[in-house]
Amino acid sequence: MTKASNIAATTKTIVKKHGRDKSALIAVLQDIQEAFNYLPKDALKAAGKSLGIPFSRVYEVATFYNAFSLKPRGEHIVKICMGTACHVRGAAAIQDKMERTLCIKPGETTPDNKFSLETVNCVGACALGPVVVIDTEYHGQVTMNKVDKIIGKLKEEGAQQ
Amino acid sequence: MKKISNAQALRQVQEDLKKNFDPNKKMVTICAGTGCRGYGCIKVKEELEAEIKKQNIDVEVRATGCFGFCEKGPLVVIHPEKIFYQQVKTKDAADIISKTVAQGEVIEKLLYRDPVTSATVMKEEDVPFYKKQKRLVFGSNGIIDPTQIESYMAIGGYSALAKALSEMSPEGIIDEVKKAALRGRGGGGFLAASKWEGSRKAHGSPKYVIANGDEGDPGAYMDRSLMEGNPHSVVEGMIIGAYAVGASEGYIYVRNEYPLAVVHLTMAIQSAREAGLLGKNILGTDFSFDIHINKGGGAFVCGESSALFASIEGRAGEPRAKYVHAVEKGLWDKPTVLNNVETWANVPLIINNGADWYASIGTEKSKGTKIFSLVGKINNTGLVEVPMGMKLREIIYDIGGGIPKGRKFKAVQTGGPSGGCIPESLLDLPVDFDKLYEVGSMMGSGGMIVMDDRSCMVDVAKYFLAFLQEESCGKCVPCREGVRRMREILEDICAGKGTEGDIDLLEKIATGVADGSLCALGGSAPNPVLSTLRYFREEYDAHIKDHRCPAGVCKALITYSIDPEKCTGCTLCVKVCPVQATSGEKKKPHTIDNNKCTRCGACIESCKFEAINVK
Amino acid sequence: MVNLTVDGKNISVSEGTMLLEAIRGAGISIPTLCAHEAVSRSGACRLCVVEIKKGTRTRIVTSCLYAAEEGLIVDTKSERVLNVRRLVMELLLARCPESDVLKKLAQELGVEPQARFVADTDKGKCILCRSCVRVCEEVVGVSAIGLFARGSHKTVGTAYNEKSDVCIGCGACVYVCPTGHIEMISTGDKRKIWGRTFKMQPCDKCGKYFAPVDQLKFISKKTGVPLSELTVCTECR
Repeated sequence: MTKASNIAATTKTIVKKHGRDKSALIAVLQDIQEAFNYLPKDALKAAGKSLGIPFSRVYEVATFYNAFSLKPRGEHIVKICMGTACHVRGAAAIQDKMERTLCIKPGETTPDNKFSLETVNCVGACALGPVVVIDTEYHGQVTMNKVDKIIGKLKEEGAQQ
Repeated sequence: MKKISNAQALRQVQEDLKKNFDPNKKMVTICAGTGCRGYGCIKVKEELEAEIKKQNIDVEVRATGCFGFCEKGPLVVIHPEKIFYQQVKTKDAADIISKTVAQGEVIEKLLYRDPVTSATVMKEEDVPFYKKQKRLVFGSNGIIDPTQIESYMAIGGYSALAKALSEMSPEGIIDEVKKAALRGRGGGGFLAASKWEGSRKAHGSPKYVIANGDEGDPGAYMDRSLMEGNPHSVVEGMIIGAYAVGASEGYIYVRNEYPLAVVHLTMAIQSAREAGLLGKNILGTDFSFDIHINKGGGAFVCGESSALFASIEGRAGEPRAKYVHAVEKGLWDKPTVLNNVETWANVPLIINNGADWYASIGTEKSKGTKIFSLVGKINNTGLVEVPMGMKLREIIYDIGGGIPKGRKFKAVQTGGPSGGCIPESLLDLPVDFDKLYEVGSMMGSGGMIVMDDRSCMVDVAKYFLAFLQEESCGKCVPCREGVRRMREILEDICAGKGTEGDIDLLEKIATGVADGSLCALGGSAPNPVLSTLRYFREEYDAHIKDHRCPAGVCKALITYSIDPEKCTGCTLCVKVCPVQATSGEKKKPHTIDNNKCTRCGACIESCKFEAINVK
Repeated sequence: MVNLTVDGKNISVSEGTMLLEAIRGAGISIPTLCAHEAVSRSGACRLCVVEIKKGTRTRIVTSCLYAAEEGLIVDTKSERVLNVRRLVMELLLARCPESDVLKKLAQELGVEPQARFVADTDKGKCILCRSCVRVCEEVVGVSAIGLFARGSHKTVGTAYNEKSDVCIGCGACVYVCPTGHIEMISTGDKRKIWGRTFKMQPCDKCGKYFAPVDQLKFISKKTGVPLSELTVCTECR
């Protein structure tokens, strides 16, 4: 199967799972992102077609919500919490440091496709602030020094594989 | 669980379960809330279980919801004595099982230690953090297993539903909630019973009830802890509400960032269905109702009711002008009651204990308790539940333990991005819906972010406007363009480019944005600016007139220098500086080249001698 | 009928009449940019705000969306109202400094550009009134264009800013655009809009190019009228 037809087939299965219900569009997109780690254009087209929703409306929803990414993302998704509690505890400095360490800005992916950097408005783990969530793991009381260690460890793990 | 046929049968099931969940039985509970998970509590739990097996002891280790005292996690409590262990590590597991569980011996080093007197505290309820709290809604979190409906029923869960369905009329329930004067815990503090009554009277079917779990206020996580730690209390509240208004379908709209809440709620709904508490003919009555879960897509504006409806309907979360109320035309233009997660969780309490009991707690117009997330520059970070009307000072100092590192309290931010910053002079303010509003802030969902003298209030205002600019849906002009322009002015002020007329202009834009915006997000967006201007105007002046950031935050207005008296010449700051601004010979005082320095803070973090000054 | 007071004047209108129509009917002018008669209303521009008083409570509402109510007291020129309108105009002037329509309206309302706002250079003349998106969905029925992203990043266009395969080149969006933002270039047998070039149909009788072939095909499909019967322009029909 070509990639585009593969995407379309997976999307159709997802739409079917949600009963072809127009109101399930957001859930459908969440599942598509789960499957591909981002929202491929072909998937949006296929989802619109199977749900009977115009492509422009699908794209509206895909671009409105923060959780969706229209670009392929890296192996590890680094989310820096920008909640108020983290902000007053120095999240901005952690963000700067993370940008320097990974050499990318929020919304970007490293050229080796290892890391994507994102900011998120509060992950609800305020006691741990400043918080960085990498994939599903919460890192609390992050310092600049800790950023080096966390990212270094992930890079090392990648090198060993 | 087998289907329960009626209210009487439910009571029997509860009685039977109570035997299995004997409160006097030995048990170890471990907090599995988000904070403790971040500290590695799951590994501690596994270790405890391994030790139990190894030592051949018959005792249950129960992972529960959040205990609230996140600062000291992972938290472990040994029942029935309620011995409270904090900052437990995997290596402590063996001792906990062999000493405390097997022999009742208390491990001194795991107990909470008073930071002032150094005295240890053995029991959970005696720890100062918990002592002044009144944990009515949140208390069960620490005892039940949120993945087991039996665990909830064993402490009397679903009694309120049984009572509502077997002894009360829908109108009677609404009257009770009205008498209790329950106000919405999600934002504006609207009377819940008014919504219920409006929806009951409204024409149109089906009718919907919705739990808003899109906890968007940064710095607030009580709804998360309730959904994760006690999902059935939310579900039970919703079923009672649905019966009262005549709704047949319900939705729980959960934030995308809360995957565990989705898992636990899904399990709760599934098991409630199996038990006949959701679905057709609930507890053998004519009443049928079911709940769906919707995951949000990450949009703060979806906390606004009409945007939330749009999102459930599968569209971009843009609010509509609400000249017809949601109780008449809400989700799919049908009568809809939308209450926040915490509000729903209060309902079973009111039905079980009566409106008079409930109304005896709190202040004249704000009844019951409120869960706050006490975070930021505070010693005892965590979730606290207190009666309405408790003074800010009591919450921050008696429960929260004051400000870390002996620094000075500056402000507490409440109400999220729609709220405001409350200064030291108002620390004796009794906290309730109306009092917070009077001082230019609001209750919001209950975030309390404490700031010390190293927090810049202009920076905080800028932070919130940046947040709101990103989160504005972009539909109406005042919010989309006005918030952005206010932010640009604040950026300028923080960069030392503020001009004389900026404050007046900010105030003028603020009034227009508040009056002219389509929804509450825009309507309250200027609050962070207005409240900081109201109480911290001199800080704005310092930025604009003196090009000075008194808190030492705004990078363009500060300089770093090294105190030669304190510097030992350890060279650590040279190693960590990303721009080679620090230099000096080993064992001799170092210096910083302010032309190169980017004020990133790396040297400050690395310096063990506090030798770096910020001015 | 519903009786209300507008700027001290007693008027009565039929039930369901929006305040905007009620007020204009009373000979009082109210500025609007996003309320176009061809499409449903969104309340996006906020220029038509008025202050209403109901009992002791006053509030600011958009007159285009608020239905007239018995006993309502409406003030179309209160200080709060004028302040909102002035702000909206200043914000739009800074967003679309090139728009003559906005400049003219600002002049009528006595609003000067706010010097402290740095004028945008990337927004064209689009004020995001959403009339184009609504006409494309509600009247034309193709939804070729939409509103993407959110907040200050919001834009109008086709998905991915690419050629839309459902656009029929009808130009309804151009027709409803209050500021002339949407570009449509018609040259002889071609029309270019939203990045796509459409072949135009010449009128069987006068030979004038009058509509995109895709539009006629769309109408034919929708109405069942054969395409061959649609190839005459409205003037010759």
